[in-house]
Amino acid sequence: MDKVRVKTMMPPGHVRAPAYLRGKTGVIERRLGEFGNPELLAYGHLDGPKQPLYRVRFTMAEIWGDAAERPTDTIDAEIYGHWLEPLDQG
Amino acid sequence: MPNVGGMSENTPFDGRRWHDMGGQPAGPVTPEEHDFALWEKRVDALQVLMSGKGHFTVDGLRRALEDMGEDAYEKYSYYERWIAAVNQNLIEAGLYTLEELGAKMDEVRKRGDTYGEAAGG
Amino acid sequence: MPHDHHDHDHFHHEGMSPSGHPYRADNDEPLSYWQTMEIAVRELLIEKGHTTPAEIAAQIEAMDARSPANGAAVVARAWVDPAFKQRLLEDASAASREMGFDIGALHLIAVENSDDVHNVIVCTLCSCYPRNLLGLPPDWYKTRAYRSRTVKEPRKVLEEFGVSLPDSTQIRVHDSTADMRYIVLPARPEGTDGMSEQELAQLVTRDSMIGTGLPRTP
Repeated sequence: MDKVRVKTMMPPGHVRAPAYLRGKTGVIERRLGEFGNPELLAYGHLDGPKQPLYRVRFTMAEIWGDAAERPTDTIDAEIYGHWLEPLDQG
Repeated sequence: MPNVGGMSENTPFDGRRWHDMGGQPAGPVTPEEHDFALWEKRVDALQVLMSGKGHFTVDGLRRALEDMGEDAYEKYSYYERWIAAVNQNLIEAGLYTLEELGAKMDEVRKRGDTYGEAAGG
Repeated sequence: MPHDHHDHDHFHHEGMSPSGHPYRADNDEPLSYWQTMEIAVRELLIEKGHTTPAEIAAQIEAMDARSPANGAAVVARAWVDPAFKQRLLEDASAASREMGFDIGALHLIAVENSDDVHNVIVCTLCSCYPRNLLGLPPDWYKTRAYRSRTVKEPRKVLEEFGVSLPDSTQIRVHDSTADMRYIVLPARPEGTDGMSEQELAQLVTRDSMIGTGLPRTP
């Protein structure tokens, strides 16, 4: 499984990487193909480069730490490629 | 009221915007729902048709909704915010001008006191 | 209070509609600013040739025709036809179209419940919902409470819907953050062996396809 981390940056504007997942590590659950980048589309730039979209699976323990309701429950979210950093396979 | 939108006066703004709600404290879920009114269905239809014809994107709609701010989310209903966001995008796309919209809204208002009268059915 | 204020008891309609929902004041309501804007925008678009009254009416009709019954038919088919279920889990858009449902450009993913796994769908950033298959989302799906809490304390949220899961069941929350939409394929209830596909579809509730409910039992 490919491990990835969501970038921690916090730019203003229309972004679809949820704040609660930024900086969190997950594994790619599946690759969804290429899609328009909402950060361009939202501002009327329709011809910009597409982004690969991934479904990334995170554990509740990774996201919420000790506050997790049940550490092994999971959250899957779709994250665009430009928001992900690959991690070394461990 | 919990710290619901990164707008608290006590904590500095960290960049998380109000609509980005995952994991924020909130009250119990009350399973409420309603049948949609005709004007709400019309707003929905205008959104689908105009974005379908390429006048704006769903991302542009969401951007306008987010930019309306948390206050609008609390004060106005779902389709009230949607017509505002659809209009914002149509103005940006140049389909009509604010002057045309203002004059038309005046004309509509003069037709009657209820939605039925003003919409002509 | 949530933002969706629809307390119009002071108008004419009271009680519940045939579909079991409270009536929403409609044509007899005093004209609001936003309704005025809806009428004006719609008429300007028609006058300028961007749409027609017939096109708007057809779109409303198409949306009204979409209901949880569509999703229920897909689920029931998957319960009786293992090959269809396989196709549904591989490509839920194609499987829905195969059954004749016009779901437009919807990218649909079906996630399967089992004895060990329970799936639940949310959109923390707005209110993404598989509307082209299930119809428009219920109000609670769009509330701050549901959007905020489902990713952090799904078990508590499910209990507020009357769903208690054993600790041994793993919960998978799906946050619809981008281009996919999700439908839960609930587990077929016990004691339904002799039932027809049509009878099974009656057991499939909307909430069981969002993950905030379980199918009815016969």
